[in-house]
Amino acid sequence: MATHRHAPDRDDAEARSPEDGTSRRRFVGYLLAAPTLVAAAEVGVQAVAAPQAAAAVPSPPQAPELLDLNDLLTLAAKPTANLISVQVHRDGTVSFDLPRAEVGQGITTSSAMIVAEEMDVPLEKVRVTLADARPELLFNQLTGGSNTTISTFTPIRVAAAIARRRLLEAAALELGSAVSELTTRAGAVLSPGGRRVTYGALAEKAASVESKQVSVRLKERSEFKLVGTPQNRLDALDAVTGRKRFAMDLDVPGAAPAMVCRPPTINGKVKSVHNKADVEAMPGITDVAVVSTGVAVRGRTFGQCIDAVRALRVTWDPGTAEGKSDADVLRELRKAEIPLAVPDLGPLTETVDADFTFWFASNSALEPNCAVADVRSNRAEIWSGLKSPVVAQQEIAAKLGLPQSAVTVHVTEGGGSFGRKLFYDAALEAAEISQKTGKAVKLMWHRTDDFRQGRTHPMSTSRVRAAYVPGQVLSYEQRHTSVATDFGHGLGEILTSMAAKLPVGDLTFSETIFTLTQESPYDFGVTTQLLNEADKGFNTGSMRNIYSPNVRCAQELVVDELAKKMKKDPYEFRREFLKDERASAVLEKVAEKGEWGRRMPEGTAQGIAVHPEYHGVVAVLAEIDCRPGTARRDLPDARTGPRVTKVVCAVDVGLAVNPRGLEAQMMGGIMDGIAHALTSSLHLKDGHFLEGSWDNYFYTRQWNVPPELDVIVMPPTTGKPGGAGELGVAAAMAAVACAYGRATGRMPTEFPVGHSGDLGFEPLPTVPPIPQSPTDGLDHAH
Amino acid sequence: MPTHTFTLNGEKVTVEAEDDVRLLWVLRDLLGVTGPKYGCGIEVCRACTSHINGKAFNPCSVRVGDIADDDEVTTIEGLPATADARLHPMQEAWLERDVAQCGYCQPGQIMTAVAKVRQARAEGRDIGDDDLDEIRNICRCGTYNRIREAIVEGARRM
Repeated sequence: MATHRHAPDRDDAEARSPEDGTSRRRFVGYLLAAPTLVAAAEVGVQAVAAPQAAAAVPSPPQAPELLDLNDLLTLAAKPTANLISVQVHRDGTVSFDLPRAEVGQGITTSSAMIVAEEMDVPLEKVRVTLADARPELLFNQLTGGSNTTISTFTPIRVAAAIARRRLLEAAALELGSAVSELTTRAGAVLSPGGRRVTYGALAEKAASVESKQVSVRLKERSEFKLVGTPQNRLDALDAVTGRKRFAMDLDVPGAAPAMVCRPPTINGKVKSVHNKADVEAMPGITDVAVVSTGVAVRGRTFGQCIDAVRALRVTWDPGTAEGKSDADVLRELRKAEIPLAVPDLGPLTETVDADFTFWFASNSALEPNCAVADVRSNRAEIWSGLKSPVVAQQEIAAKLGLPQSAVTVHVTEGGGSFGRKLFYDAALEAAEISQKTGKAVKLMWHRTDDFRQGRTHPMSTSRVRAAYVPGQVLSYEQRHTSVATDFGHGLGEILTSMAAKLPVGDLTFSETIFTLTQESPYDFGVTTQLLNEADKGFNTGSMRNIYSPNVRCAQELVVDELAKKMKKDPYEFRREFLKDERASAVLEKVAEKGEWGRRMPEGTAQGIAVHPEYHGVVAVLAEIDCRPGTARRDLPDARTGPRVTKVVCAVDVGLAVNPRGLEAQMMGGIMDGIAHALTSSLHLKDGHFLEGSWDNYFYTRQWNVPPELDVIVMPPTTGKPGGAGELGVAAAMAAVACAYGRATGRMPTEFPVGHSGDLGFEPLPTVPPIPQSPTDGLDHAH
Repeated sequence: MPTHTFTLNGEKVTVEAEDDVRLLWVLRDLLGVTGPKYGCGIEVCRACTSHINGKAFNPCSVRVGDIADDDEVTTIEGLPATADARLHPMQEAWLERDVAQCGYCQPGQIMTAVAKVRQARAEGRDIGDDDLDEIRNICRCGTYNRIREAIVEGARRM
């Protein structure tokens, strides 16, 4: 931590910043009455990036260029934000209770970096914890839309800067110096004469006896010593030693394992249970109870719960997708498609028409749906990895018949999310089971349940028509039609409250989110991208990057077709038509680093794609090997197929707080994109999904991983952090799809490309709903 | 209820459980050893990977009744002691490469990695791309390339 001295405070509130020529504002925050120093700030509104258009036929700005989903989330936080605060402790540590969920994206580390930077305190002295549900925060405790750093960067800095300023003032009294003579370094205040007083020693003296509003200036970006440098995860040691505690690792007194016997078809309901008493008498089992979603069992071990679930004999009422298979849902989507309507563009105009199908996919994390619940007659306590804890608290309170204030919701570290933890299905279910049994429970979904009854990324189609004359694309129409996506986790409420501020007119939640997130980076003249929805019979939700991977994949494949028709190189074509300089820069970077256009053997090819979102932009160049020798590699119980052999990714998020964390998020997004393009989907048959294990649902495994991966973090552009968690998925899926199309000589039209071929596994039975664990594990020890 | 005795992370433990309860639940639910994670229960995801007598195995698929008195079970919690260090060299490599994202699969990944390196050594060779391709452990965050780098680095240190 290097020494820095802030620009001297002046009475006039504005000073010219030498760095960017903009006026340097004071930011308002608070000192809070507390035994040791507590400084706080409200979440504020960030400037909306102005659209930039410059190329062939300029497209009018689409909604996301004016106000995107992140602006909306940031704006929504404003009137209800209340305070986020940093506290300085007597031992010199600084704590910050982050009102967001850590599910692997690295926000506890990046938030700690922001605090450390602004306070001049060593990173290892900053402790970031996850806040319990704080109902007063309303919309400002939703972790989604890759919005965490976008919306919290400035408020965290303001709180930290106020704390530092207050420490300086306390030290000035202590050291008999003027504040302007003092500097801060590594968690201490230094005087010109070399005297030093630590933050820990000042923690009480700097405390405020009253809560009051104060103002402060922030560090110049040129003064950053930590933000923008690669840092390792602060929770890495806990992760590699097994000490990191997830919901199922907590030791809550009285909380015993519980599982649910679930229906054989999606959302079936219990009609009757035939052997409740027998199952209650099984070894270790304490309770059997019918709940909304099935028959709950509680016991001494999860193994005994598995036995009990398998032993239950239940008659079920039909579910919400009864009798349906993939082809039935596809037919429903076809009926719901909004027609394409090319404007009359004259006789020389030609069109590219394309039609894509994206099958159901699963957003299951490795940690299955799970929650601990302890419900008493007048109060309840819940522990779970939750990205929308306030909505969860409301729903749980309603379900239990308790006031919201009687329900305490703890946000635990999450073992992955990918959209899954936006919902609180397990928390709600655990609360119900705890209430019905009168005992605390540790509820876990079996993996098979997690795939078959858990949330899915809905099936969709995308129809595209692009009209062109030589050298110009005149119009681009995309009609995306999807099984309904459930946004009932709080995002919908944000949209309702913000409706008057939206630039999108009278749309549904889903249509609004689609319109606020989908942005064509190309100047293709009149551009319309519309969503229509059908069939609400499925358990759906956002999957990492929501609509973008499918919409982007379809567009980039059409871009390749347009380039082919115009006899242009796919990369040169994109360069020519991209609207935005940042997009061009990342595209050029991957083309250069990935040696775009190099000679490759037949059956192998490169693909390239670019995607703007979350105030950032990313480009991906992928190389694929579709030759039989590779595609038919034989590994036991493995989906091999074409292999992505190399990926080069360039990412510009405006300002990368932690470039090492950003690289990790891109890597993960790339693995998701590869899976969506080539291997991973759910097959619907007779009202249920066939996939029931990780050897059925083909998420990327080591044998699918590109041996060569290069992620390039671009130097800061906007100077403000954009979103990272979801950014990499869409461009990766699209680049892999384009590479596949070029290697095989035909544009793929369904995803994943292998969905309609061999199933590749023997489906597990649906009754009993979960498989028994094998007993031959010792035979496989290696 | 039957009693089972075995060595867990260097210490003799005794636990009461029906013979057919899988070892994963004995470790997690009865002994409070939570490093091995549940991800499937059918020996597919490998999140619970631990060692028995130095070999990698999946306790989700072994009955506690099949564990003998003289069996030595090592979970991630006991791995450092096998190298007589604060951290095993593989864990050090993991930290250096900043591998973990959510961290849920990481104990199993590390236990697999150590066994994989030992296996290659026993066959008189260094770990290579083909060995890495065979690893079945799921990482749903997709931090696969860093896992590959860390295994190679950990092997160098082991």
